[in-house]
Amino acid sequence: MAAVLRFLIAVLLFSSIATASLSQEEEEFSEELLLKPLADRKVLAHFHFESKAPPTRTYGHHHRLFPKALYQLVQKFRIREMELSFTQGRWNYERWGGFDPISSSNAKPPGVELWAVFDVPHDLVDASWKNLTHTLSGLFCASINFLESSTAYSAPDWGFQPFSGSLRYGSLPREAVCTENLTPWLKLLPCRDKAGLATLMDRPSIYRGFYHSQRLRLSSTEFGSTEVESGIALDQTLTVVLQPTTSHRASMTYSSDSVLQPSWSLSSIFGRKVSGRCVLANSSNVYVQVERGLMSELKILHAEDEGSGADNLTFEKTWNNPGFELSIAPNRVIKEVNILHDETSIVLYEYLIDNYSNSEPFDLGFTWKFPVVWSSPQAPLHASRFLMGSGNERGAIAISLKATEPSDGLWFADTIENSCMLRFNVFQVVPWYVRVYFHTLQVFVDGKPQSVTDFIERMRISPSEDKVSPGVMEMALKLPCCVKSVTLTLEFDKGFLHIDEYPPDANQGFDIPSAVISFPDFHASMHFLKDDSLNKSPLLSKFQIPRRLVGLVSCYPSCLLS
Amino acid sequence: MEEEKETTTTTTKKKQCFWTWALASVIFRLVLIHFSRNLNLASRPEVSTPLTSLRRLAEGYWLKQSSISPYAGSMYHGSPLLLSILGPLTVQRGEGQYNHLICSLLFVIADFMTAVLIRATGQNLQMAYNQSLKSLGIVRLLERSEMLASGDIAALVYLWNPLTIVTCVGSSTSPIENLVIVLSLYGACRRLVPLAAFGWVIATHLSLYPAILIVPLILILGYGPDSPRRKLFQQRASIKVGENPSTDIHYQQKELASQPMLPLRFSWRLVVHFILWASLWSCYVLLLCGISVRQYGGLGEMFKSTYGFILTVPDLSPNIGVLWYFFAEVFDYFRNFFLIVFHVNILFMILPLAIRLNHRPCFLAFVYIAISSLLKSYPSVGDSALYLGLLGLFVEELADMQFSFFLFCGYVGISFLSPVMHNLWIWRGTGNANFYFATAMAYACFQIILVVESVSAMLNHDRMLRKLSIMKP
Repeated sequence: MAAVLRFLIAVLLFSSIATASLSQEEEEFSEELLLKPLADRKVLAHFHFESKAPPTRTYGHHHRLFPKALYQLVQKFRIREMELSFTQGRWNYERWGGFDPISSSNAKPPGVELWAVFDVPHDLVDASWKNLTHTLSGLFCASINFLESSTAYSAPDWGFQPFSGSLRYGSLPREAVCTENLTPWLKLLPCRDKAGLATLMDRPSIYRGFYHSQRLRLSSTEFGSTEVESGIALDQTLTVVLQPTTSHRASMTYSSDSVLQPSWSLSSIFGRKVSGRCVLANSSNVYVQVERGLMSELKILHAEDEGSGADNLTFEKTWNNPGFELSIAPNRVIKEVNILHDETSIVLYEYLIDNYSNSEPFDLGFTWKFPVVWSSPQAPLHASRFLMGSGNERGAIAISLKATEPSDGLWFADTIENSCMLRFNVFQVVPWYVRVYFHTLQVFVDGKPQSVTDFIERMRISPSEDKVSPGVMEMALKLPCCVKSVTLTLEFDKGFLHIDEYPPDANQGFDIPSAVISFPDFHASMHFLKDDSLNKSPLLSKFQIPRRLVGLVSCYPSCLLS
Repeated sequence: MEEEKETTTTTTKKKQCFWTWALASVIFRLVLIHFSRNLNLASRPEVSTPLTSLRRLAEGYWLKQSSISPYAGSMYHGSPLLLSILGPLTVQRGEGQYNHLICSLLFVIADFMTAVLIRATGQNLQMAYNQSLKSLGIVRLLERSEMLASGDIAALVYLWNPLTIVTCVGSSTSPIENLVIVLSLYGACRRLVPLAAFGWVIATHLSLYPAILIVPLILILGYGPDSPRRKLFQQRASIKVGENPSTDIHYQQKELASQPMLPLRFSWRLVVHFILWASLWSCYVLLLCGISVRQYGGLGEMFKSTYGFILTVPDLSPNIGVLWYFFAEVFDYFRNFFLIVFHVNILFMILPLAIRLNHRPCFLAFVYIAISSLLKSYPSVGDSALYLGLLGLFVEELADMQFSFFLFCGYVGISFLSPVMHNLWIWRGTGNANFYFATAMAYACFQIILVVESVSAMLNHDRMLRKLSIMKP
C-alpha cells in the first residue's frame, strides 16, 4: 500500500500512525488489505504486500524474508526499478474512480505490462531487457519472453515517465492471466497463501471478479545511483473488483426507487476468513475505505435522520451510522483532513489482524442499511481510444479526451501564465504492422480541427520499422481549461504479415497496446490514467489454399522463358 | 513533288488531329483531378505502390522536416531528390489545397511530355525504318505504312490509356519514372547522348529496374534505331554487287556506307560517350543524394531503403504483382533463394533477347520494360501504361500479332475484376486473398502472352521482310 500511504501522507493527517522505528538493517514484510465499496454495487479489494531488504553492502547476500529469486534478478540485471502487471478486465474509470491512488497507480492495461529501468551502460540495456524478459517468463509462467523481440518493446524518452533514461517498456495486450501466474507470485510471499491476508485469495472467487490485476514492483538503490541506500523494496499488489452475491435482502426496494446495495462480508466475497496474521509480517492490517462522495451522501442522510445540529465529527467517527454498519468495531478510524474539502472527507477504518487467531477468525461484514447513490472522484480527463474506418487496408486511430465534471481543486491554474492550463502527456506504442502516417496527425479541439503546433508543446516520434521496431509517439499537450474535448487522430495503413507472423487466432484481430496518459502537474504524477480501450483491428486475410498456388506462381516465369 | 505535297497536307491534318486529342486528354485529366478527392485513387494498390505512393512521400517529407531521417520507419522508399522536389508540394495548407493541385498538375505535365517524347521517338523510328525499307527496295510495305503515323498512335495510346489516366490522377510518382525512361529512349534515338544518359541514370535512380535498359540504349546508339536484320542489307548489297557490272560496285558500296541510318558497323564512339556521360550523371546524382541524406545515415542508408527495399520485398501489401503473395507464404528458410530466383529471372532474359532482337533495340527496350513490369517486386498499372504506350510504336510491325483481341479483352476484364476482388477481400471481408491473387495471376499471364506474342509477331515480320527482299531483289 505504498501508493496509498504516500497519498495519505500527502493529504491526510494521521491521528497516530505506528511509525515503528524502521531500523535499516532488518528485512521487513508487511501485509495490508484495503476494502472499498464501489458506487456500482461492487467491492474493491486491494491486497498489498511489501518486502524490504537492506542494502547488500551492509547486510550481505542472505535473506530471511526477501525472495531469493527476485534478489538475484535485481543483482544480475542491475535493475533500478521494475514493474510487472498481469491484468484481466478493464478498470472502469467512470464508476470506480480515476483520481485516487488505487486507480491511478494500480489500474493497469489488460494483459501483461512490463517496464524496467536498468542501471547499465546504454548499449547493454537491450541485452539486459531481453534476459530479464526470459527470466520473468520462467518465473511467472507467462509468455513475457515475447517481449524480447524488438518489435514488442520500446524505449520511451519522457512520455511514460519523466526521468526515464534506460527505461524499456513493453506490453502484451492479449496475454491471458490465470492462476498459473498467481501461484508463482504468491510464492514470493514469506507465508505464501498459507497464513495471513493471502489466505483470502481463493482462486475461484478472485478470478470471478470484474477486474483482476496483480502487480509486482521492484525498486532498488543497490547500484549507488542515489546517496541514500535503502536496499531493495518489493511491492506486490493484487487488485480485484468483485460483485458481492446478492442475498435475499438486496431485493428489498425502498420508496425512493433505489435498490439497497448488496451487503458483503469477507467470507461472502472470498469464501474464506482470515485466521490470524502471517507471523513473519511486521504489520498485518485491513482497512475499509469510505469514499468522499459516499461520506457526503451519508452526512445528508444523517442530517435528515437526526435533524439539524448533529455533530459531524462524532458521526464520522462511528462505525455504525445510518448508511451502513460494520460488523466489527475498527481498531482505529483515520480521517482525511483536507483543506479543499473541509465538509466531507475520506474515512478509513483500520483493523489489526494481530488480535485474531484460528479459533477466532476475522470476518468483517459490511451491511448496508439504507440505499445510497454516490459517484467516485473523476480524473480531469476521460480518455478513450477508438478506430475509425472500415476494411482491412487502412484506418485511423483516434484518442479522444473529454473533460470530466470540473471539480474545483483539480484544475490547478498555471500561475505563471495567469491562465488555467492543463498539461498532459500521451504515450502510445503501435506495433509495426500498424503503419502510422505521422504527417496526418490532426488535433480536434471541441470538434474543430486546429493547428497541431498550437496545442502540442513537444512531440517525440520514432516511426516503426517493419519487423524491427514498433512506432512510439510521445506528445506533451497543453490545453486551456475551458476546453471540453480534444481528439487526436492519426491515419494508418494495416501491414500485411508473413504467414508465420500471424497469432494463433488471427480473426480475433490484433491488439494495439494501451496508450498511457499522464498528468505531470498533478502531485508528482500521482495521477495516472490508463485509457480503457483496447483496439481490435482485424488485420487480414485467410491464406487458405497456400501451397498449391505457390506452385503456380513459381511455374509461370518458366512459361515466359519458353 | 506532288506526292510530297500530299503527304505534307495529310501530315498537317494528322498533326492537328493529334494535338486536339492530346489537349483533350489533358483537359480530361484536369477534370478528373478536380474530383480526385472523391475518386480516392491514391490509395488503390493498383495505382500506388510503396515505392510510388505520394502519401508515403509526404510522410518522408514530414519526417525530414522534423529532422528525422526520411527513411526511418520504413515508410518512404523513394529517391531523396524526388523528396526535395515533390515534398514541399505535399504539405497541406489549410483550406486552399493549392499545393496538392500543383503536384497533380506536375504529373499531368509529365504525362503530356512523355506522350510528346513518345511521338517524337516514333517519328524518328518511322523515318529510319522507311529509309531502311527503301534501301531494301520493299515498297509494298511502305505504301501501307504511309497511312499510319506510329508515333501519333503511340502517344495517343499512352495519353488515353485508362491506366495512365488513373496513375496520373491517383498521384503516384510513376508518371515521372515513365517520363525519364521515355526521355532516355528519345535521347538515344535522336543520338543525344547526354540526354539518353541522363534519362537512364535518373530512371535507374528512381526505380532500379530501368538499369537493364542500358543494353537497348547501347544498341540504339551503336547500330541506330530499329531496322530489318543487318544480314538482309549485306545480302542485298552482295546481290547488287553480283548483278551489276564492276563499274557500279564502288558507287553501290559508297551508297551503302553513306546511309547514316544503316550502320553495319557498331559505332563505339557514341557508346563510349554514353558510358562517360552516364558515369558523370550518376556521380552527380549520387553527390546530390549524398548532400540531401548527409545527416541521416548517408548513401548507405539510402541504398538500403530504396534498392534494398526493392530487392528484398519486405512489404507484403497486396498489389497487382505476384511476389507479395508468394513471399507472404514462402518459408523463411527459402526466402533468399526465391528472391534470387525472381530477380535473376529478369537478368536471364536480357542476353537471349538482346541477341535475338539486336537489330530492333527499341522493341527490345519495350520487351525489357514489359518483362520488368511483370516481374518487379512492386508493380503498378503505371508500368503497364508505359509499355502499352510503347507498343503503339510498333503498330506496323505487329499488325499480324495473334490474340490481340483476346489480350485487349483480358486487360479490360482484369482492370474491372481486380478492384472488385480487392473490395471483396479487404473491405467486405467476404472474399479472401486468393480472390485477388487470382486476378493478379491472370494479369501476369496476359502480360506474358502479350510479350511472347509481340516477340513472335516481330520475328515473323522479320521473316517476311527477308522473304520479300530475297524474292524481289
